Amino acid sequence: MGSHGIKDQVAIIGVGCTPFAEHWDKSLDDLIIDGAQAAYASAGVAQGDIDAFWFGTSQSAASGLAMGGPLKIQGKPITRVENYCATGSEAMRQAAYAVASGAYDLVMALGAEKVKDGGYQGLNAFPIPTDGTQRTLTAAAMFSLILPAYAAKYSIAEDDLRYAVARIAEKNHYNGARNPLAQFRREMSAEQICQLAAVAGRLSVFDCAGVADGAAGAILCRASDAHKYCDDPLYIKALSCVAGTGAGSLDPDYDYTTLNESKWAADDAYAQAGVTDPASDIAMAEVHDCFTPTELVLMEDLGFSARGGAYRDVLDGAFALDGRLPVNTDGGLKSFGHPVGASGLRMLYEVWLQLRGAAPADRSIRAGDRTLGLTHNLGGYPGEMVSFVGIYGTEPG
Amino acid sequence: MRGIIAAGVHVPHHRLDRREIAALFGKGGGQGTRSVASYDEDTTTMGAEAARNALHSAGDVAVDSLWFATSTPVYLEKTNATAIHAALRLAPSVGALDLGGALRSGIGTLRTALTGGGTTLVVSSDIRDGMAASNDEATGGDGAAALLVGDDDAAGTVIAEYLGSGVATDEILERWRIPGATRSRVWEERFGEVAYAPLLQLAFAAALADAGISTDDVDHLAITGMHSRAVTRNRARLGVAPEKLVDDLANTVGNTGTAHGALMLASALESAGPGEVIVLAVLADGVEAVVLRTTEAVVDHHVSSPVSAQIAAGGSVSYGKYLSWRQMVAVEPPNRPAPNRPSASAVHRRGAWKFGFVGSRDRSSRMVHLPPARVSEKGGALDDMEPIPMADTEGTIASFTVDKLVYSPSPPVVFAVVDFDGGGRAPLELTDVAADEVEVGARVEPTFRCLYTSDEIHNYFWKVRPVRSAGTNGES
Repeated sequence: MGSHGIKDQVAIIGVGCTPFAEHWDKSLDDLIIDGAQAAYASAGVAQGDIDAFWFGTSQSAASGLAMGGPLKIQGKPITRVENYCATGSEAMRQAAYAVASGAYDLVMALGAEKVKDGGYQGLNAFPIPTDGTQRTLTAAAMFSLILPAYAAKYSIAEDDLRYAVARIAEKNHYNGARNPLAQFRREMSAEQICQLAAVAGRLSVFDCAGVADGAAGAILCRASDAHKYCDDPLYIKALSCVAGTGAGSLDPDYDYTTLNESKWAADDAYAQAGVTDPASDIAMAEVHDCFTPTELVLMEDLGFSARGGAYRDVLDGAFALDGRLPVNTDGGLKSFGHPVGASGLRMLYEVWLQLRGAAPADRSIRAGDRTLGLTHNLGGYPGEMVSFVGIYGTEPG
Repeated sequence: MRGIIAAGVHVPHHRLDRREIAALFGKGGGQGTRSVASYDEDTTTMGAEAARNALHSAGDVAVDSLWFATSTPVYLEKTNATAIHAALRLAPSVGALDLGGALRSGIGTLRTALTGGGTTLVVSSDIRDGMAASNDEATGGDGAAALLVGDDDAAGTVIAEYLGSGVATDEILERWRIPGATRSRVWEERFGEVAYAPLLQLAFAAALADAGISTDDVDHLAITGMHSRAVTRNRARLGVAPEKLVDDLANTVGNTGTAHGALMLASALESAGPGEVIVLAVLADGVEAVVLRTTEAVVDHHVSSPVSAQIAAGGSVSYGKYLSWRQMVAVEPPNRPAPNRPSASAVHRRGAWKFGFVGSRDRSSRMVHLPPARVSEKGGALDDMEPIPMADTEGTIASFTVDKLVYSPSPPVVFAVVDFDGGGRAPLELTDVAADEVEVGARVEPTFRCLYTSDEIHNYFWKVRPVRSAGTNGES
């Protein structure tokens, strides 16, 4: 028994991403087609070359038919994947395992979400018949619980902490302003953000991820075949997923200053990849900044900051484009936007660009001799979430 | 000996200052305050809260029947008493009946219980509305009362012995309301005043005769009815000294209609000494009167959340909010989807949790699970849980937030992660509270509420409210 991972067994040979935006003029079918074409073009393959498909969407459609229909995929397996906001990463994880198993030679994971046809702002859960006792808070309110808990635990004035997380939004807007695919391309200062009205706890709307339509996809093959398709593939070093038990809502020991499932997924991924010092070994990370406090505590759960140290590291710019470990260099969920099923693959798209030196010059990181990138994708709430961590590198093991 | 074993009331937290009515409309209102059921309260939830207080006061008593009287039921055809029955975690063998519709059903149900057998929990509850700036709006009040009626030996200790009753029935078109209407109609005031005069005399005399006492023996006269002029004018002619009148709570609570007789009786019992005679008379389509005499047990009787404490613990609500809660003014809701209706079958499976707030406790780890679980969070034991009722357990706010985005019948939602005394955590909505008075570490207690109504289904569950004082949490 054990979590062994598939280090260096599977390569990523192409990743594509559509603009994330309020695509009033595009349907889910359009997004699927555009996302798939971008991935095919990136990898230089044709749809007919691909042996199997994994389609991630959280709420826009059900079953593989939703992908097979618009793309007219003939006679191939298509599996619909759903795991809350980690759906895109999960589609990729399933596709990677299928390749590692030897079942298929060439596969695609595609994530797509059409959220702007719902008629309401924000994301809205699909109604499942229940006994009516379930909590009905918005995700923003659930994540807002982190701030007072973190401030109390580390003796930080709440106003100071509120400013620090606004700095996270400021950073991600700065990065997003340099991303032609991003939903929000306007810089916002932390001071501006702090002046906005609170909508959930201390959080304003600018502490929340953008809500956008979009799609992203990746093409995977066996590592040994990678150079048949491209000169500079990425190699999967680790894939980890942890689903919680909802303990945070049950167990008085949970204190809202950590996202346990994310920490456990990170620990597993680092073990799979052989990473012992993530703060030094990882060149850049795309993390699930659904709300600004999420990115704050993730820096600690992912081992980029010491416990209680993320507050100071954020203020010091440690995770800025020119910081010691750039985080969300594409603007993150905050600025790039969050089409749920696509977001995990969008993160991979940025790792694909940055590690291979293909990111636009004005947001390129200086990786030095570091060759690893990380994506972290979660779905749910503090104390009750699914969490994914993937690690990718430019060098085969 | 048969009589009243315990009483419990529910006076909603919110108070409307009647001067606000005239300030807005240039008429109506008056002095003092009236009680206002919150947006998440209805006659069923208020009845449940009053009944909980009565049973807390009574101690460990086996109830045979639950009778529920209201003129403002939230369901027709479907029994409302069954939700109260469920909130009280009563056994299936305990009956539950609605005896509602007319204002007279409150006193009539009490008299029927007193003259019958078995141990009966008599619950009455009303929400009294009227058109804006109307007399009904200003003088009405919202509230509920529960009286546990039974025999001394079988059900505990009688604190007020039933001595007798008198009835005068008449068909009078004095006040009426057709089903579905939001306002009541009344005939010219003088007509009722005159028509009730002989009926009160008749019922009062019959009650005293049945009890074998004279007017001079009456120590407390609790008299009420929606026709306030008929009450005040005609009670003066009964020969009972004014100082023996029980406060009708008009200046603080208002007239709670079907519940008001029981509410006044509960109030009188809180201050009465032993061996004192109380007459309760209610004017409604005639008059019904019952005579009781307190026993020695009234002295040491533990009253859970007394009327006086609930009145003292009230907080204000603006007239604008009151009008929106009563849907007299439509206020724009958050632009979010309204919640889905609950599933009847899912509700039925989880009735103990939803209505009774019963969680489970793992026998091996002792961890409390809210909602109840089959597999333990700690240790993973399978199907080794015992039910643990949490409705009477206080807790502490571990963290909280104010959500201005989510749908609510009265935004914003104030939400707390509550750690209960003795174990167990649940994320729950806070109610009867202003967003700016919430703090981590504050003490809260569960209260039975309606989360929302969807597809004409009232979605009941438990929220928490601040523990206002030692006198309001069942520990007085």
